[in-house]
Amino acid sequence: MIAALAAVCSLPGFAVLGEDVSSVQTDRAYINATMRVMPAQNYTVHELRSAAGVVVREYASASGRIFAVAWQGPTLPDMKQLLGSYFEEFQSAAQAQTRPGGHSPLIVQHPGLVVELGGHMRSFVGRAYLSDQMPSEVSNEEIR
Amino acid sequence: MKFWAIMALCLTAVSLACGGGGSHKSSMLPIAASSSNVQPIVVNSGPAGNYANGLFTSVTLCVPATSNCQTIDGILVDTGSFGLRILSSAGGGALNLSLPQQKASNGNVGECALFVSGYTWGSVNTADVMIAGEEASNVPVQVIDPTFATVPSACKSAGVPENDSLQALGANGILGIGPFAADCGGACAQTGSSNPGMYYGCAGSACQIAAVPVPQQVQNPVALFPSDNNGVIIQLPALTASAAILNGSMIFGIGTQSNNSLGQAKVFPVNSSGEFTTTFKGQTYPAFVDSGSNALFFLNTNTTGMSTCSNSSGFYCPSSTQNLSAVTSSGSPSQTINFSIANAETLFSNRGDFVFENLGGPNPGTFDWGLPFFFGRSVFTAIEARSTPAGTGPFWAY
Repeated sequence: MIAALAAVCSLPGFAVLGEDVSSVQTDRAYINATMRVMPAQNYTVHELRSAAGVVVREYASASGRIFAVAWQGPTLPDMKQLLGSYFEEFQSAAQAQTRPGGHSPLIVQHPGLVVELGGHMRSFVGRAYLSDQMPSEVSNEEIR
Repeated sequence: MKFWAIMALCLTAVSLACGGGGSHKSSMLPIAASSSNVQPIVVNSGPAGNYANGLFTSVTLCVPATSNCQTIDGILVDTGSFGLRILSSAGGGALNLSLPQQKASNGNVGECALFVSGYTWGSVNTADVMIAGEEASNVPVQVIDPTFATVPSACKSAGVPENDSLQALGANGILGIGPFAADCGGACAQTGSSNPGMYYGCAGSACQIAAVPVPQQVQNPVALFPSDNNGVIIQLPALTASAAILNGSMIFGIGTQSNNSLGQAKVFPVNSSGEFTTTFKGQTYPAFVDSGSNALFFLNTNTTGMSTCSNSSGFYCPSSTQNLSAVTSSGSPSQTINFSIANAETLFSNRGDFVFENLGGPNPGTFDWGLPFFFGRSVFTAIEARSTPAGTGPFWAY
């Protein structure tokens, strides 16, 4: 049991969609990730890289709310932690659209929540954003 | 799944979808004659009867060094993954052999293999694998089995569906013949937080992440053939609009025999992520060639101007067929690819058709040249570190 817990805690984990930017710091304290902050015109991008090589970019509005996340790497990030309270909505939508086609992108387009997963074995890419919390000048193409 | 089942009779859609499509492709390629390195492949509805643009073949597995063998058809041919995965009878598949279990220091080896739209969970076992006249011995394969141990929480927290049943997978297995020899590589052989957590050691039903040496990871069987082991060619004839079925050939080896030379094919080296690039409307994106993707998946509505379908956000539904063009490249070699995207709902209304030339859908910031790209081409996939007459893999050529 102790070993199992240790394994879970060493997995890459990141801050949470829809929460305050301070959660980025909280997560960084216990995961093995490096972070850099890239200020953009209307938002701040926090970039984290896990030991397993997964890069997560978190987009924070001027008010400090994370309105989008993007990821890229050899495996998927911990989507449960990354999407926070939106994970169950994403998961149930993903299960509902199960269809044959093992490597098709997985696209969830709900009012307010968009999640897009693409890529292939050894190289995954994706983004999630809260469409009604995006700063008006920001295009969804910038989330990557 | 229901989405696939809805295919109302609408023959007029064939001519609609045809407008502008197909003209860029030459007539049928000569299909390679039967030989010890040639395996028949087919695009059809697959073993679940509802797969659109699924490319299938059969594979023979044997308990190693015995004549206890089983031939299983309905195996998805996939240049976008690496390694052979077979659906167990517990998952509704055909496999009834008892294959030796791979062991790690902390128990039986299990694997959570992530695909974009789902994961496969099960044990890692060894088998002799025969395809056409080729045979690879003691190949680590994944036996997809939802009843093997308990699916680890880290596997479930990816949020993507579990593809451990015939209905979810739409196939009796996946033959991953992409440009790498193992499904994970060096990262999964490491201990600690740099291990991406694909392999597990399972004692009873409890599994913990395990470091598994590369040769014991699930292997691309082509890389383990005694000869013709540097890559594979997928050869499918051209198609106009749609069809019920399309037959082709999978040829093993590149430049190793008289039937698998590169000829005039252009070579596109692949990076360490298994990708090259594609330029569309002046912007360059990461790209890959994937026979296991059932459409051309690229970018989004903002960039392409095509809306997604009202009953499936996974496909494009333009009001009229769009004739498009993009440039695939890998450094200096480049090639323009013309393609067309039709309304997916109109295509699926052709009851009885399961092969679609002009099927497309969105993909975040990426170009996935899925199965329609293979129609009318010979597509070569060279395996990493293997030499060919056109240099060392990994590369694609076409």
